[in-house]
Amino acid sequence: MSLSATAWRRLVEIVGPANVQHSPEERIAYSYDATPMLARLPEAIIFVESSPQISDVLKLANAESFKVVPRGSGTNLSGGTIPMENCVVLVTVKMDKILEIDPRNLTALVEPGVLTARIDEAAGAHGLFYPPDPGSIKISTIGGNVAENSGGLRGLKYGVTRDYVLGLEVILPTGELLRCGTKCVKDVAGYSLKDLFIGSEGTLGVVTQILLKLLPRPAARRTMLATFEAMTDAAETVSDIIAHKIIPCTLEFLDRTTIRCVEDYAKIGLPLDAEAILLMETDGHPVVVEEESARMIELAHAHHARDVRIAKDAAEAEGLASARRAAFSALARMSPTTILEDATVPRSELGAMIAFIQQTAEKYQLRIGIFGHFGDGNLHPTFLCDERNPEEIKRVHTAFGEIFQKAIALGGTITGEHGVGLAKKGFLEDFAGKAGLDVMRSLKHTFDPGNVLNPGKIFD
Amino acid sequence: MSGPNLLQQLDYSVLQQCIHCGMCLPTCPTYEATKHETSSPRGRIALMRAVADGRLAPNSPQFADEMYFCLGCLACETVCPAGVNYAEMIEYARAEVESGGAKAGAQRGLIRAFALRWLFAKPHRLRWIARFLRVDEAAGFSRAFVLLLPRRLRDLRAQQPKICDKFSFDLIRETESPRTPHRYRVGLLVGCVQDVAYSDVNRDTVDVLLANGCEVFTPRGQSCCGSLMGHNGELELARKLARQNLDAFPLGRLDAIIVNSAGCGSFMKRYRHLLPDDPRVKLWDEKVHDIHEWLVRIGIQAPRESAQPTTRVTYHEACHLVHGQKISQQPRELLRAIPGVELVELPEATWCCGSAGIYNITQPEMSQALLERKVKHIAATDALIVATGNPGCIGQIRYGAQKSGLDIKVVHPITLLARAYRGEL
Ligand SMILES: Cc1cc2nc3c(=O)[nH]c(=O)nc-3n(C[C@H](O)[C@H](O)[C@H](O)COP(=O)(O)OP(=O)(O)OC[C@H]3O[C@@H](n4cnc5c(N)ncnc54)[C@H](O)[C@@H]3O)c2cc1C
Ligand code: SF4
Ligand code: SF4
Repeated sequence: MSLSATAWRRLVEIVGPANVQHSPEERIAYSYDATPMLARLPEAIIFVESSPQISDVLKLANAESFKVVPRGSGTNLSGGTIPMENCVVLVTVKMDKILEIDPRNLTALVEPGVLTARIDEAAGAHGLFYPPDPGSIKISTIGGNVAENSGGLRGLKYGVTRDYVLGLEVILPTGELLRCGTKCVKDVAGYSLKDLFIGSEGTLGVVTQILLKLLPRPAARRTMLATFEAMTDAAETVSDIIAHKIIPCTLEFLDRTTIRCVEDYAKIGLPLDAEAILLMETDGHPVVVEEESARMIELAHAHHARDVRIAKDAAEAEGLASARRAAFSALARMSPTTILEDATVPRSELGAMIAFIQQTAEKYQLRIGIFGHFGDGNLHPTFLCDERNPEEIKRVHTAFGEIFQKAIALGGTITGEHGVGLAKKGFLEDFAGKAGLDVMRSLKHTFDPGNVLNPGKIFD
Repeated sequence: MSGPNLLQQLDYSVLQQCIHCGMCLPTCPTYEATKHETSSPRGRIALMRAVADGRLAPNSPQFADEMYFCLGCLACETVCPAGVNYAEMIEYARAEVESGGAKAGAQRGLIRAFALRWLFAKPHRLRWIARFLRVDEAAGFSRAFVLLLPRRLRDLRAQQPKICDKFSFDLIRETESPRTPHRYRVGLLVGCVQDVAYSDVNRDTVDVLLANGCEVFTPRGQSCCGSLMGHNGELELARKLARQNLDAFPLGRLDAIIVNSAGCGSFMKRYRHLLPDDPRVKLWDEKVHDIHEWLVRIGIQAPRESAQPTTRVTYHEACHLVHGQKISQQPRELLRAIPGVELVELPEATWCCGSAGIYNITQPEMSQALLERKVKHIAATDALIVATGNPGCIGQIRYGAQKSGLDIKVVHPITLLARAYRGEL
């Protein structure tokens, strides 16, 4: 099946000829996202510049029976923007204006194609702060963040994207425009529709404007790097910090394999012989930062930290944080294919989960690097393999299956932040149960009776 | 398709190294300008891989265009956590384009044959033509380049650097020894553009090396480093030139081979990829040093204190120093060591100025946009001098400053250092 002549003609009318692409090169370049081993050619790629254009495209999709996949920067890790049959990729990156920073209400109004890092920069100019900072912060779009409900390095203290979305403008799959939410901190008028769209992975509507909550920028910040001889010591340090009623903004850990890859890339003097390192950051009032960081260092030493390095200035702190953000990509230095997951467990179960992951890797003779957000129980076990070896890939999938089951058994989830997309839909029913999945399906049908918007993602 | 699929000859693991994470996108000037995945590093690599897989025809015009729209600035390589070797990929991809004939056209073919295969292939030809052109006052160096692409004639002329009165071999003896017993013995590459347009920088380089106890050997049999050909799809020719250089420099007797042009240095440090079977290349690649890198490594003599008031100097990072060779702090260190220099940081110092080899000729619009952006940042620093370690950047920024009426000197950092040693600063 391919696009009808009417569909082609109308697409060109709606977005203009320069914004409709379908050469073999363009189709290849929009066939993938950051997910390993998934790709499919779309029929066409369109670059939208306004909400009315998106509305017209979606109406056309219903009339001419083609599918639409919204796409920001294509950095998601669950196959969320992989095209399906007879589909058009709708790219939002040209809708990239920061419409308003409102210091009196502490809000920002932005278009979906704005890069996440730019929002924090713009907020910073007013002494404000946009906390969610996914590893991909410099390239991910805020639209993609909302659709995936992305987390980040500061999740422990500051929460995830959902905690900062006050309101949305959305084009529904039928082409209608819907606005939900307000600048008010308190708003209980009807169902909280915005919450339905957050994390909906581009299946319920195309987000065209986002009203975000901002915070005052913390006056002080201290970044520390603790080195451990054993993973369990790092895990216990984390538990102990939290037991002492300290909520640092960042508690990230890297295992030995990941440390080596990151150091190979970033060359910032990470200890290559350590079993684990913990990147810790606390921010807030200078006095509190002083007190908390001293306590954290003490606790790390109490759990046999070999060394705790304190970043001497903002540049060194940023160097450490960006090295951590590069962890996933840096692991690709070890092998042609890296398959990473984001199984998440309650913090108290971290030790058990890591031990299980290591055993599973051994059992299936797989090389693995583990890193992740220790503070919020969100792990990133990453298998280092080669997609040209189908037998190995099969072992990887079996291992992941067992890891997901274990995460669920420990009271955790199959995905903490990357979303279900195509990659994990086989595991969703085990996690959400039949009733949960039925509700999701009927919601999808209510919003998208023509099944035109990103169908086949999350569930079939 | 004519000839073998060159991208298929490239080790597949080099292409596979890219995990399409997208971390490189915001650092790519062509992606930033277009917001098109096809004009991003990740997109280009995907296209190359498609050609290698046989999923995309190598003679497709858009493929060719994208490969040449790329600046080759290697910003993507610096930022890529996965260690992707973009430099090698783009060379193969362009060679593929040339062998596939997608960019063929009678005129372009003739121009390439003249410029890449004839003019730059033998240093004496370039010098000869350059000398000849000098006679014609108004023409300047531009004519040789104008032949490359006759578009935008007038603009181009202004853009190309002036030919020097004397070329390097007139200014530099084959062997020059420091007054005190030498600490090191080094070879010097004079380059091609550097040689005819900036031979004074070569002289300055020799002076600075002498002042720091290095005996300098400048073999007459050396040739162009091959980067111009390598970056433009003429890999065979690049190999030939590389071999000539391997023959010309007596590796065993030299502690280092010094290069003062970022583009040449970046290419010469990768001869092992170009000539994997030549037994000399490993040692060669180890011995090639950028001048800044070498000086900081051996430690320099402090220049005499200056009586002049301090001058604000800013530093533009040539792509093939910062991204191609990861040399970023050394030039700053040298500049700071010069009495009377107040170094001020240039915003976006590592963003390409649009010179990019012959890019300013082949892609004038994108090149101009980048140049304007660069000049705007330079103007904002209030510096009187901008230092940069690559002849292409010097020419490009001089042109940009002149066009926008900005009164600023554009010089090689080594020229400033040489002047300081001579007591001219
Ligand atoms: C190196 C690396 C590190 C990462 N680190 C993190 C991390 O720390 N935390 C984390 O949570 N994620 C992380 N990710 C995953 C990814 O970056 C996030 O999911 C991000 O939010 C995706 O943004 P994007 O603009 O690339 O969206 P895309 O990948 O383009 O799209 C993601 C999903 O959103 C939908 N979508 C996009 N725009 C819209 C819109 N306007 N309206 C409706 N739907 C839309 C798409 O259809 C798709 O389903 C990382 C990825 C990489 C490669
Ligand atoms: S080149 Fe490197 S940074 Fe860019 S997408 Fe590929 S792996 Fe990621
Ligand atoms: S070399 Fe420069 S222009 Fe080319 S893809 Fe890399 S960053 Fe972009």
